[in-house]
Amino acid sequence: MAKKLMKGCEAVAEAAIQAGCHYFFGYPITPQNDIPEYMSARLPQIGGCFLQAESEVAAINMVYGAAASGARVMTSSSSPGISLKQEGMSYLAGAELPCVVVNMVRGGPGLGSIQPSQGDYFQATRGGGHGDYHPIVLAPSSVQEAVDLMQDAFDLADVYRTPVMILADGIIGQMMEPVEFHESKNTRALPKKDWAATGWDPKSGRARAVVNSLYIEVDELQELNDRLQSRYQVIRDNETKAELYNTDGAEIIVCAYGTVARIVKSAINICEKQGVKVGLFRPITIWPFPEKELSGAMDQASVKKAITVEISAGQMVEDVRLVVNGKKPVEFFGKPGSYTPTAEEIAEYIMKSREA
Amino acid sequence: MLWTNIFAGFGGQGVLLIGQLLAYAGMYEGKNVSWLPSYGPEMRGGTANCSVVVSDEPIASPVLSMADCVIAMNTPSLDKFESCVNPGGKLFINSSIIDKKATRTDIEVYYVPCNEIAEKLENPKVANMAMLGAYLEATKAAKTESVLDALLYKLGEKKAKLIPLNKEAIEAGAASIRK
Repeated sequence: MAKKLMKGCEAVAEAAIQAGCHYFFGYPITPQNDIPEYMSARLPQIGGCFLQAESEVAAINMVYGAAASGARVMTSSSSPGISLKQEGMSYLAGAELPCVVVNMVRGGPGLGSIQPSQGDYFQATRGGGHGDYHPIVLAPSSVQEAVDLMQDAFDLADVYRTPVMILADGIIGQMMEPVEFHESKNTRALPKKDWAATGWDPKSGRARAVVNSLYIEVDELQELNDRLQSRYQVIRDNETKAELYNTDGAEIIVCAYGTVARIVKSAINICEKQGVKVGLFRPITIWPFPEKELSGAMDQASVKKAITVEISAGQMVEDVRLVVNGKKPVEFFGKPGSYTPTAEEIAEYIMKSREA
Repeated sequence: MLWTNIFAGFGGQGVLLIGQLLAYAGMYEGKNVSWLPSYGPEMRGGTANCSVVVSDEPIASPVLSMADCVIAMNTPSLDKFESCVNPGGKLFINSSIIDKKATRTDIEVYYVPCNEIAEKLENPKVANMAMLGAYLEATKAAKTESVLDALLYKLGEKKAKLIPLNKEAIEAGAASIRK
C-alpha cells in the first residue's frame, strides 16, 4: 500500500478502525481533537458508532458498556480528560474488560498547557485509578509506530482482558509523517469472548453473563486480585518491548521514551561527532517496563552511567533506578511542564555530565 | 541529503500549507519527511509556523530549534527565527512586506517579493507559492513537479484548474532569485 502523509491523531484513528474498532466514545480536548473528528466522519460510513458524550466520565463508562458486550472499543483524550476517566479505567480493570485508551499528553498539573509533556507517566504506569491494577501502556515515538502499535493494543487488550493505553504526546498527535497501513492481521490467538453480555436465552443452557467489578466477599475479591496479579506477571514476562540504539560499547546510556527519544537520537549524533559514544534505551512498553532490556545495556563494562531525559520532573527515572538498583549512577535531565528540550541542550548536558 | 526547515508567517499566509506541500513532495520522491505545526492558541492574523524535515536517512528529531532554512513571510517571523538559521544556511525573506534586511552575515539571504509576484498573477493568495518556488530553486530539496502533484492531491480534481496559476507563481518565485 502506498505511503500516506497523515497527522498522528488521524493515523491512530484510522489504525484503530483497521484493527476492528467500530465504536468510539469521547469528549473533545486539545491536542487530540483530530481523533474524534476523524472517527465522527469514518465510523458512520462503516456501520460503527461515534458518540460525543456529555463528559469524559460518561465517555469512559460508554466504553465499559461496549466492552462488556464484547465489542472492540476505544476512547481518547489528553491529560485533564484522562484524569476524569481514571475511575472508569479502574472499573474496566476490575471487570476485566478489554479496551484501548489513547492519551495525547499535554502539560500539567491542572488544565496546564496544550503543548506536549510527559507528566502522565506515573498516572499511566501505576494504574491511575484506585485499586491494584495496571493497564498495559504503549509509548510510540513516531506516527508509523503509533499506527503499528494500534493493532497490537487491541489484541493485547483482548488476550489479557485489560485496558491498554497508548501514551503519546501533542507532538505525535499533531505531527504529519508518512505512514503505511499494513494488512490488519491478528498475530495472537484471540480468546473467545464467552464472558460478554450479548443477550441471554434461558433455553440456551449457558449461564447468564454478568459483567461486574463488585465483590463484596473478601474471598471473592481475593480471587479477582490473585487472577489479575498472575495475569500481570505473565504480561511482565512476555510483553516487554524496547528499542536499543547505538548501545553496544556505549559509555553512557540515555533513557527516554516517545518524542523525547527521537530528540535524544539527534543529541546522540551530536555527541558522536565529538567522539563520545552514547546509546539510547527507549522503552516501547512503559508498563510492563522492559527491565531485562535495560539491564542488558547497563551491565556492559563500557557503560559508566545512565541519564534519563523526560518532559517531567523525573518520573520514568524511578523505574530506571529500580532496574539499575544502585549499581551505577542514574541522572535526570528535563523540566516539568511543557518545555521540550532541544537536541543541543541534551548533548550539552551529556558532555558536561561526562566530565563531572 | 538532509534539509531542516522552519516556515513562518501570519496565520492565513499559507505557511503551514507550503510546508506541507514540501513534505508531500519529499515523500513522493521516496524521502523521509516530517511536518510539525506550532499548535498553540493560533488565530488568523496571529503567527504560525511549522518545522519540516526532508531527509534520505530516518529522521531523528522532528522538533527543530535550529534549521538549515528559515522562510519568513512577515516581520515578526524574521525577528523570531533569524537567529535559528544554521551557520551557512539559507534565509528567505518576503521582501514585499518585510522592509528590513537580515543582520546575519554567515548565511545566504534571499529576498523574494512574494506579494508583488502574486499581484502580477492577479491572485494575492499565491504569494506563498512564489516563496516556495524560491525555496525550491535555492535548495533543490524537491522537484516542482512533485510539489504540483502534492497540490493536486490537496486541491482535489474539482479545483485542478488552479494548478497552472500555482505553477506560474512557483516559477516566478524561482526566477526572482536567479542571478
